[in-house]
Amino acid sequence: MVAVRGVTGFDLDRRGVMIGAGALALAGCAEGAIPGTLAGADMARGHLLRTPFGDAAPAETRRTGIAILGGGIAGLAAAWTLAEAGYRDFRLLELEDRSGGNARSGRNAISAYPLGAHYLPVPNAEAVGVRHLLDRLGIITGWQGGKPVFDPYQLVSDPDERLLRLGRWQEGLVPSVALAKGDRAQIDGFFAAMAAFRDMKGRDGRPAFAIPMELSARDPELLALDGQSWTAWLDAHGYTCADLRAHIRYVCRDEYGTEPGDVSAWTGVHYFAGRRGDAAGDGDAVLSWPGGNGHLAEAMAARVAGHIDTGHVVGAVNATGAGVVIDALDARSRRRVRIIADAAVVANASVDRLPAGPGAALAWDNVSATSNSLGYVVATHQGLASVGGPSVLTWYLPLSELPPAKARALLQARPLADWQRIVHDDLVMMNPDLAGAISRIDVWRWGHAMVRPVPGFMWGSQRQAAARFVPPLFAAHSDLSGVSIFEEAHYRGTLAAEAAMRHAGFAHHSLLAA
Amino acid sequence: MAEAPAGDAVTSLGPILLFSAFVVATCGLVYELLAGTLASYLLGDSVTQFSTVIGTYLFAMGMGAWLSRGVKRNELAVFIRVEILIAAVGGGSAALLFLLFDRVADFRLPLYGLVLLIGTLVGLEVPLLMRLLKDRLEFGDLVSKVLTFDYIGALAASLLFPLVLVPQLGLIRTGFLFGLANVAVALGLLLMLPARARLRGELAAGIIVAAALVAGFFGAERLQKLAEVAAYQAPVIYAASTPYQRIVLTKAGDDLRLYLNGNMQFSSRDEYRYHEALVHPALGRVARPAHVLVLGGGDGLALREILKHPGVEAITLVDLDPAMTRLFGRSAMLTPLNQGALTDRRVHVVNADAFVWLRANRRQYDAVVVDFPDPTNFSVGKLYTLSLYRELARAIAPDGIAVVQSTSPLVAPRAYWTVAATLEAAGLVTRAYHANVPSFGEWGFILAAHRPIGDAVRLPPGLRFLTAHTQAAMYDFPTDMARRPVEVNRLDNQVLVRAFDAEWSRFEG
Repeated sequence: MVAVRGVTGFDLDRRGVMIGAGALALAGCAEGAIPGTLAGADMARGHLLRTPFGDAAPAETRRTGIAILGGGIAGLAAAWTLAEAGYRDFRLLELEDRSGGNARSGRNAISAYPLGAHYLPVPNAEAVGVRHLLDRLGIITGWQGGKPVFDPYQLVSDPDERLLRLGRWQEGLVPSVALAKGDRAQIDGFFAAMAAFRDMKGRDGRPAFAIPMELSARDPELLALDGQSWTAWLDAHGYTCADLRAHIRYVCRDEYGTEPGDVSAWTGVHYFAGRRGDAAGDGDAVLSWPGGNGHLAEAMAARVAGHIDTGHVVGAVNATGAGVVIDALDARSRRRVRIIADAAVVANASVDRLPAGPGAALAWDNVSATSNSLGYVVATHQGLASVGGPSVLTWYLPLSELPPAKARALLQARPLADWQRIVHDDLVMMNPDLAGAISRIDVWRWGHAMVRPVPGFMWGSQRQAAARFVPPLFAAHSDLSGVSIFEEAHYRGTLAAEAAMRHAGFAHHSLLAA
Repeated sequence: MAEAPAGDAVTSLGPILLFSAFVVATCGLVYELLAGTLASYLLGDSVTQFSTVIGTYLFAMGMGAWLSRGVKRNELAVFIRVEILIAAVGGGSAALLFLLFDRVADFRLPLYGLVLLIGTLVGLEVPLLMRLLKDRLEFGDLVSKVLTFDYIGALAASLLFPLVLVPQLGLIRTGFLFGLANVAVALGLLLMLPARARLRGELAAGIIVAAALVAGFFGAERLQKLAEVAAYQAPVIYAASTPYQRIVLTKAGDDLRLYLNGNMQFSSRDEYRYHEALVHPALGRVARPAHVLVLGGGDGLALREILKHPGVEAITLVDLDPAMTRLFGRSAMLTPLNQGALTDRRVHVVNADAFVWLRANRRQYDAVVVDFPDPTNFSVGKLYTLSLYRELARAIAPDGIAVVQSTSPLVAPRAYWTVAATLEAAGLVTRAYHANVPSFGEWGFILAAHRPIGDAVRLPPGLRFLTAHTQAAMYDFPTDMARRPVEVNRLDNQVLVRAFDAEWSRFEG
């Protein structure tokens, strides 16, 4: 056991580590007829947190200027920001064996594939930090008239989305065929209302709904939406048609891992009204990679490789007069139960051939209106090969219908073979032509996939208090934004890193300045 | 199964049993002809196929006749069962063989299996019939009558089959129709039995088979679609599934055709028109086309034309499918078509995905011939995007030129001009032209280069289609094919595939 005692550290990602952002990859054993592994959120590593490290003298004491606790996107963004500013004296302590958090990826002989977050929409103009990152990574290849030009190979190829509804695949995820006249009018009305929110500016001149959300307008009538549930708002405005509500439910479970009744109306609108993708070409486009956002996490980690200590469990963080003392050990730890948490399953199914189906051709993201899963994305979609061969389908299931504690208990209890059967049956139900073509299913469990933005969370005092910096501790986590998306995590990490550098008196140019 | 009918019931069935001999003989021969035709249609070499199918069939009939001695009693019930079985197996044989053709490793196994089974069942029929009639007729009369009806039935079948059935109904429907005749004999006999002697199980089975055959008869069109080979206009002489595509060659007279995934790639009757038009306007504009790149074109026909230019030193051909380049490089039937171009010492064949290869390529070529399949799906559509054309632009030498086959400007003008607009968005100068290829229709190509593309073209000698005059006329576009405003085709919008699909489905109805 190695204890690391860092002095003059700064807690940048307190929530991320204290409550646990990640999950441990446990090499599962292949069971049943379909080969595969069961991995993900494991609570064993954290058991060590229950027992204090004791008074035993640390085996090793290291000093560092800034310590970053947790190597998810927020932590990596903080590290990247320090490196960009030329600040060298920092360490990133990561609980897992690999950094990346929810944006980690897996890989097999066929392809890399996502274990969680799998795409990044073309960012809004206000997401300055993310745009800087994309520019540095060469994903933005140039600028035209102040707008970024994105590398076409990294934008999701067409066709991007399709929905299986009434036995046929249609293009796009919003139901668009065989709709009753009234339903179509309602759907059109809903999207027109969301477009109006999207273009709305607050009295302070900020967008009504921004990404990062912190940059949203603070008009009281807008923030009041946070006090109401999304379902209540939809009911009150007459958006009741089943097809529309099914789409909205899909979005909530996809984006927040939860049911529409459990998120606030502000958050619900934010999804539809927050995106104003700014690009020289199509602003509605989405960036993706075979390994999902693991691609971005790996690129960021590579930039700060020498500064990352993986497999380090932070046991205690104590602010002293001189700075911060962090006790950590490299053994296994247990996560504390979250107050706001949800659970999800991500399965990667290796297939010998690509699925097809009646109607619209195979897309990147494929969703069924009748399945409780979120459907699947095709890992090899971005490949250039003109003939489809074997591929990996990444399948998502948020356990949003269960209370978080029950969902996590289920995650722990259900054996691999059962998960595999669920995944297999759902995939074959959507694509009967996949029968016999699934050669392997690897299951990844997320005990905490995303923050759950319940009514009152976004603009309530609890989140805002948690987000406040208390030097020398600077909290940074996408949960502080209430929305578990790349841009939010990146923003929080960058913000905290810059505050830490200011605290340390280190002059730097802000990556968040427009 | 019900009890066996009484002897007197059989006696009263005399006339219908004799009529059965006629029907049974007609059906029996039709199944034999179906199998023979199918075998020569799908496997080629009709003499061998017909000989072996007829031989196997007759041998199986002998087995059936021999097996008939094992039937000790209940001849009528057995005969009815045999009829129902023949109706099901024989009637569905053509449909089944078509469906199995591209799904089994060796087609001959199901083919001869079915021939043996049908032959054996048919072989059982006549001996059983004779035994059923033995008490009604004197032996000499019996043999004479049964065999007379049998041979008349055979004549009817052999005349009907080529003159009426195949042209009017096609192979699959013909099968179902004669299956119905078989089951009608069984049902007729069953219904004529006195009520106490009815065979209920047989009746139910007969009705089910009849219903299935009727459904098959009317659903034949859909079955035909499932069985892709039935869709070809001419006998299939070669068919193979590779990991990348399905390669089918058909031949009718001197017309050899290549189909990839069901789409015709060339007809040997007029492919020279296509390939001369594809290659020479580009190659004839380069002072010395020493280094040439061909993307697609694994049939080697474009290579044949390129090699007619004296300055050519080296050609790199990038085609996805090794099975294609191997077939067209080695087959004695195909190498005369491309004049052995694939094995020419100047030709270097690379089996790779063109997009992946082009992205990694760092060389420049004096001429690039881009001969991809039509953008019928999103996978192939990637090969027509701005991203690919940017890579293509890098591969064209400063004074070099490229040519892209780009579907029909008459049928799909939006798709055609999308290719031009996309090449231009990649920074290339374009020039569009078209030629008439009867088996394709009016076909379009687009030249692309870094510098303006002039009029002067030097044509090599020995061309069958292009002359200086016809060549010069290809750049003129009448109003119905004229340029129109279109979007650039990108990986993330794939407008070409959508335009192509919309325009061609309107054309094909």
